[in-house]
Amino acid sequence: MNNNDEMTAKCECGCKKTIFVYCEQRDGVLSKVSFELLGVASELASQSDQKVCAMLIGSNLKGLPEELIQYGADSVYVCDDKRLAHYLTEPYAQATGNIIRDFKPNIVLFPATSIGRDLAPRLSARLRTGLTADCTKLEVDADGNLFMTRPAFGGNLFATIICPDHRPQMSTVRPGVMQMKQKDDNRKGEIINVNVTFDESKFNVELVEEIKEKASEDNIENAKILVSVGRGMQTQIDEARHLAKCLNATLSCSRAVVDGGVLPQDRQVGQTGKTVRPLCYLALGISGAVQHLAGMSDSEYLIAVNKDKDATIFNVAHLGIVGDAKAILPYLEKEIENLKNA
Amino acid sequence: MEYKYDLFNKMIEEFAINEVKPFAQEVDEKEMFPYMTVEKMAKLGLFGIVIPEEYGGMGGDYYMYIKAVEELSKVCATTGVILSAHTSLCVAPIFEYGTEEQKKKYLPKLASGEYIGAFGLTEPNAGTDANNQTTTAMLDEKGENFILNGSKIFITNSGPASVYVVIAVTSRNPKGVNCTAFIVEKGFEGFSIGKKELKMGIRGSSTCELIFQNCKVSKDNQLGKEGEGYKLALKTLDGGRVGIAAQALGIAEGALRETISYTKERKQFKRSISAFQNTQFVLADLSTKIEAGRGLLQRATQAKQTKSKTLAVDAAMAKLFCSETAMEVTTKAVQLHGGYGYTREYPVERMMRDAKITEIYEGTSEVQRMVISGALLK
Amino acid sequence: MRISVCMKQVPKTTDIKIDPVTNTLIRDGVPSIVNPDDKAALEFALRIKEETGAEINVVCMGPAQAENALRETLAMGADNAYLISDRAFAGSDTLATSTILSAALNKIGFDAIIAGRQAIDGDTAQVGPQIAEILGLPQVTYCADVKFDEEKNEFTLKRQSEDRVQTLKVKGKVLLTVLSGSVKARYMNVKDIVKQESKAINVITYDDLLCDKATIGLAGSPTKVKTTFTKQFNTEKDLIETTPQEAAKIIAEHLKAQHLI
Repeated sequence: MNNNDEMTAKCECGCKKTIFVYCEQRDGVLSKVSFELLGVASELASQSDQKVCAMLIGSNLKGLPEELIQYGADSVYVCDDKRLAHYLTEPYAQATGNIIRDFKPNIVLFPATSIGRDLAPRLSARLRTGLTADCTKLEVDADGNLFMTRPAFGGNLFATIICPDHRPQMSTVRPGVMQMKQKDDNRKGEIINVNVTFDESKFNVELVEEIKEKASEDNIENAKILVSVGRGMQTQIDEARHLAKCLNATLSCSRAVVDGGVLPQDRQVGQTGKTVRPLCYLALGISGAVQHLAGMSDSEYLIAVNKDKDATIFNVAHLGIVGDAKAILPYLEKEIENLKNA
Repeated sequence: MEYKYDLFNKMIEEFAINEVKPFAQEVDEKEMFPYMTVEKMAKLGLFGIVIPEEYGGMGGDYYMYIKAVEELSKVCATTGVILSAHTSLCVAPIFEYGTEEQKKKYLPKLASGEYIGAFGLTEPNAGTDANNQTTTAMLDEKGENFILNGSKIFITNSGPASVYVVIAVTSRNPKGVNCTAFIVEKGFEGFSIGKKELKMGIRGSSTCELIFQNCKVSKDNQLGKEGEGYKLALKTLDGGRVGIAAQALGIAEGALRETISYTKERKQFKRSISAFQNTQFVLADLSTKIEAGRGLLQRATQAKQTKSKTLAVDAAMAKLFCSETAMEVTTKAVQLHGGYGYTREYPVERMMRDAKITEIYEGTSEVQRMVISGALLK
Repeated sequence: MRISVCMKQVPKTTDIKIDPVTNTLIRDGVPSIVNPDDKAALEFALRIKEETGAEINVVCMGPAQAENALRETLAMGADNAYLISDRAFAGSDTLATSTILSAALNKIGFDAIIAGRQAIDGDTAQVGPQIAEILGLPQVTYCADVKFDEEKNEFTLKRQSEDRVQTLKVKGKVLLTVLSGSVKARYMNVKDIVKQESKAINVITYDDLLCDKATIGLAGSPTKVKTTFTKQFNTEKDLIETTPQEAAKIIAEHLKAQHLI
């Protein structure tokens, strides 16, 4: 052990080793990914004789610790403080960092969300331990060593990462990838309230305003049907948007379209965008770079239109059309209108 | 190692593809001068490439400028010629023949793109026979101002342009006429823009008549020496031809690029048409001609940059070959596209119409042959 | 005001393909580019430069070839370029990289640091926050907008998260990470393309930095790569190739059959 031998010492709750899960909540509502993390943590714990401990940070958290227990937490460390009402890096880092320092877990999992990906690297530097980002697969050996698999090079390559000499082993995990456990209303666990002495002199970022954006059908993660456009369709965005409207679908896109500044980041499907699982994914002019497939290959039904018959998107498509999406688009709208009116 | 050319090439390629190509069809169909694109080009400094920093320019050179015309013309020949006429026909003569005052007055605004430049030589009865000028410039009684009368036609950038280098007759003798060049600004009393031509190609480029009715031009705006206007015009056109050669080469390259991608996609008899030997051989010939043209263009560009005495012939050869290559490549590009190539759905139809002008303006192919053979037989 | 912009030269990952036979990455011919999020970081920095005359220093850790990307940033309008390069840095994971970059940033000096959210080859988004922690700076990540008030020496930021936008204010030294989709980065311009030719790239090596060898490079990296592999796809496919009209009809019928119309 390199820097922090004391980190591997027994934890307070008496177990040999623990897996801590940072359970994200926003405005008193637990994020779905928190349950997914408890799910995978439970799996890992059972394979390596570890305990699952949830960390719950925020303000006004009544009822949430019980919910975390029902989804697999053995203990819940709660830091409930009105200074934690909104997510800000430093207060949350102090709260989480203190818990980790005090209880010395073997593994800490964070969601790979805008919160987890802000907090976890800050803590990894504070604790000087390793952090693996955006894991899509986690495995553990009997000694509790974690094997973290993540995509790289835009999803073209997968790497399994280890953190052999530093503890805790930390990882952020992609939302939507891990299975959550069935809720068990009878499950019992321990709730521990943690008091943190904050160093407020370091609270240098001031929150002026927070505007929530409605999670609606317009969020591509919730959409039932996605009309998704690639680089070749950049000049026909309005037409594609119109088609989406006609299908009651939502418009999404590949990375090239976002990099080209044509659509905003929140429309992007794929490794660096969002993972989607719509009933139907209509890919127009998307060649299917692996990084894109990583975000949509679990779609229930996939229709792909591409000029290149060798495009990789066809490998995963249920219906593949070789052709120019731009040329097909106007006819498609007419055909849909016809069938709607039929 | 010089990085600037690699960086410049990368910049202009990206700019042409992302900012110019998407509007090329609309610019052609609506015959509209692409003001928005011109504004974006100005921001990047494209209108002042060859102007030194001391005159508000970018301190670049002709290699960059010629590359810019070529890359823009690959996607939109209209945009290419706007830059070419501005730089070769207006910026260059003012920089090369202008007084310090004239350079200080006009070059910074031409460099920033606040002013677009144009050049007025051709008249209804003085095209290839440029010496047959009838527009006159006579000194007024006080000897302070020239009074211009007459008209010029087919003037590229006219209308949108703010500054015009105009050639006019200042005296006559039994052997012919003596011409002098003038810098005329939009808004000078007695200067107006006449009818706009409706053209076959480069339809977004504004081509109008310039009308001078007792137009008063201060003596300070005389460009170069009195009586040397014709020489100035010919030298200016030598440089201009390098720009048009670049435009032509760009059109040819653009058409070839479109054709390569089309023939790979288009299937007939269950094969891509690029799998047919006829297609392959045509593409091979066109590509070879383009590269030959590039060689001539590079030589002419170097001649312009280094002020070589061989410029006139080098530029004539480059323009002759590149423009005829553009015509051949675009014609064959349309042929390889078949029926689709004749429709406006594909850009090769526009490129073929655009290519034709490069064999005509700034000296027809016949004039280029005269220049080349004249040098051989002198 | 001196702003350091952290930049990485990355392979254009969208151009990387997998060899269907050997199932390995084909990296030949894949161009190297300025990482898109970092380009956005530079754009925000250059906007502040336009308003306040700030000096923009671009800092890039990488091999000697990264000079090309650094020159591109100079051609966009950055003032100085720093290449952090040494064999001792090879094999660094994010924490070791952040350790090195922090030492370099300290040496160069700064009033603010702007970085891209993440690089497209690794997609970790870790280096920004880790540098902030090491240098003891407040951080604001995922910025979709960056405004700077010179008089108050204060940044106003819009932080874009999944379900909300926070408006945040920070005074004094800070590290920001920004999103590429939120701003259109400018092109290089002719004047700066010409000017960069006379500028030197400042190279910073291990000897120039005060960092503990045990915290950098492969040996100083807490995380190690155990194995790498590529994903396999089935290659059987049934494709339809027909006229646009006919294709549209087929798609519409399939949508109907799936009860989507």
